[in-house]
Amino acid sequence: MTRYIIRRILQAIPILLILSALLFFMVRAAPGGPLAAAERNPNVTQEQIALLKKKLGLDKPLPVQYLRWMGGIFQGDLGQSIKFNRPVSEMIAERIPNTLLLVGVAFLITLLVALPVGILSARRPYSIFDYIATTLTFIGQSLPVYWLGLALILVFYVALNNPVTGAPLFPSGGMYSVGKEGNLPNLIWHLVLPVTALSAEWTAWYSRFLRSSMLDVMHEDYVRTARAKGLTERVVYYKHALRNAILPLVTLIALDLPSLFAGALFVETIFSWPGMGRLFWDAARGRDYPVLMGVVMINSVLIIAANIVADLLYGMLDPRVKYD
Amino acid sequence: MTEPSISPRQEETLTHLVLRRFFKHRLAAIALVVLGLMVLAALAASLGRYSPTDQNPANQFEPPNLQHWFGTDELGRDVFTRILYGGRISLEVGLLSTLLTIIGGVLVGAASGYYRGWLDNVLMRITDAFLTFPTIFVLIILGSMLRDQPVPWLKNSVLIVIVIIAGLSWMWPARLVRSLFLALRERDFVDASRALGTSDVVIIFRHILPNCIGPIIVSGTLQMAAAIITESGLSYLGFGVQPPTASWGSILSTAQTHVFVAPWLAVFPGMMIFITVMAINYIGDGLRDAFDPYVVYAGTKK
Repeated sequence: MTRYIIRRILQAIPILLILSALLFFMVRAAPGGPLAAAERNPNVTQEQIALLKKKLGLDKPLPVQYLRWMGGIFQGDLGQSIKFNRPVSEMIAERIPNTLLLVGVAFLITLLVALPVGILSARRPYSIFDYIATTLTFIGQSLPVYWLGLALILVFYVALNNPVTGAPLFPSGGMYSVGKEGNLPNLIWHLVLPVTALSAEWTAWYSRFLRSSMLDVMHEDYVRTARAKGLTERVVYYKHALRNAILPLVTLIALDLPSLFAGALFVETIFSWPGMGRLFWDAARGRDYPVLMGVVMINSVLIIAANIVADLLYGMLDPRVKYD
Repeated sequence: MTEPSISPRQEETLTHLVLRRFFKHRLAAIALVVLGLMVLAALAASLGRYSPTDQNPANQFEPPNLQHWFGTDELGRDVFTRILYGGRISLEVGLLSTLLTIIGGVLVGAASGYYRGWLDNVLMRITDAFLTFPTIFVLIILGSMLRDQPVPWLKNSVLIVIVIIAGLSWMWPARLVRSLFLALRERDFVDASRALGTSDVVIIFRHILPNCIGPIIVSGTLQMAAAIITESGLSYLGFGVQPPTASWGSILSTAQTHVFVAPWLAVFPGMMIFITVMAINYIGDGLRDAFDPYVVYAGTKK
């Protein structure tokens, strides 16, 4: 088991190296570059630009710059932000907890809704409940997250107001109201709309996936055996079938995790949520390339880690899987 | 359970069978009509009364009315016209990037599954590497870089968006096609063609590939829905199709700034994305059922 984990981590290193090299040379090959704004500014002299270049290490040849950047990554140093002149790792570290909170809560809500809906739909296929659930999942799968976010703001911030105070029902963005930093109920109040926007699509996908997975499993021989043994339908369904139907869902979820972070990028942008996605968007608009590359590298590491965890989980849930 | 409805008519071609089964799926048939209307409307955009770029500041932020069905935007442009023109871009990006994705995926998957061995190993490692790319983040970096290019045709090009979306999506069909090829290459008809001295290229494209057409088309619909959402999202964030060219995403992006003054600006482009994607999803669902000989319909169930 430990050997398997070590091997997987070792396999991940070349992938990260390729990705980082591709990103680095692509970004640096672009004309303009990080100092384009300074070079266009008539008040900045050539000497100042040369000084800046030297300070940021931009005067060295590209491969040297890449090796320095790469070497820094192994020491936890992702370089300096051009715009804010702060270490990128520090900026990202500040934002990661907020993103994890948003994604974590959304993920929890997704499972809490998707599992029962999928299971109940498959329990009575083509019932009224199943039809309603299926229609809703089709809607959920087709709603773009950025539009859903806007629509939620329009309805719950603009149109609907608290009948007593006249204040908007939910805030349109941010993590806390001014002066209420660290207040848990206030945080939850701010989480409602972003989490709804983020979890809608995933709830739809997973409940639909679980439904078809359940329906497949119900045709298996061991389900017939369990029934023949005289077990009640309830035991057959929830104990024998469900456990097997959930297996493929675990892999699917792990493979999908990156998309959850991609969704968070949109949600954070719309709701001004101070997370990694919002940081990335601001950096992309300001062409702050060290920040961009830092966020992408962190995300790739997260994806690879999620994949390894999924494989391990799969092995724990399914004793037939052996690691070699 | 009644007998599965496998056709008793022996001369029926596969296309015919699939179409007949597809139109049994009523929602899918409706979705096909909706999508067809959408395409026609986009093609007919230039027949309208208004131009998508003519500004008329006196008519700024008119709510939907008889003259301007979807209202007017911050520059007094007719939103309905802009959405029709935007539909051209969005549908074009969806269709062409899907074609590219499928072509790339089929080539990689077929080579991998047919030849196996070291080629399969190399191709699949590359596929794995691409799968760990955080797609939307890389798309945004590419988009923001290409905006800075001094070459004009690179700057504002829909083509670029198409290529980068396909460049980050071909892995899914590649994996699918590989697994289909791995199974099909062991079948007797492949051995027979090989014994007859048929070349690999002919075996791959004429003999094996047609057997994979069902799953490939179904995954193509999923890909197209995803591509349309991705393009709109990218343009919405400001890194896809650039103004003044309209796509549904870029219209939504400008709408966001005025959402409190003119909410209808945000409602319609999003609605179009939603309807189109939903129609494509239903069509995909219908095709999946149509290609799968074992499916049991709600109506024919016990």
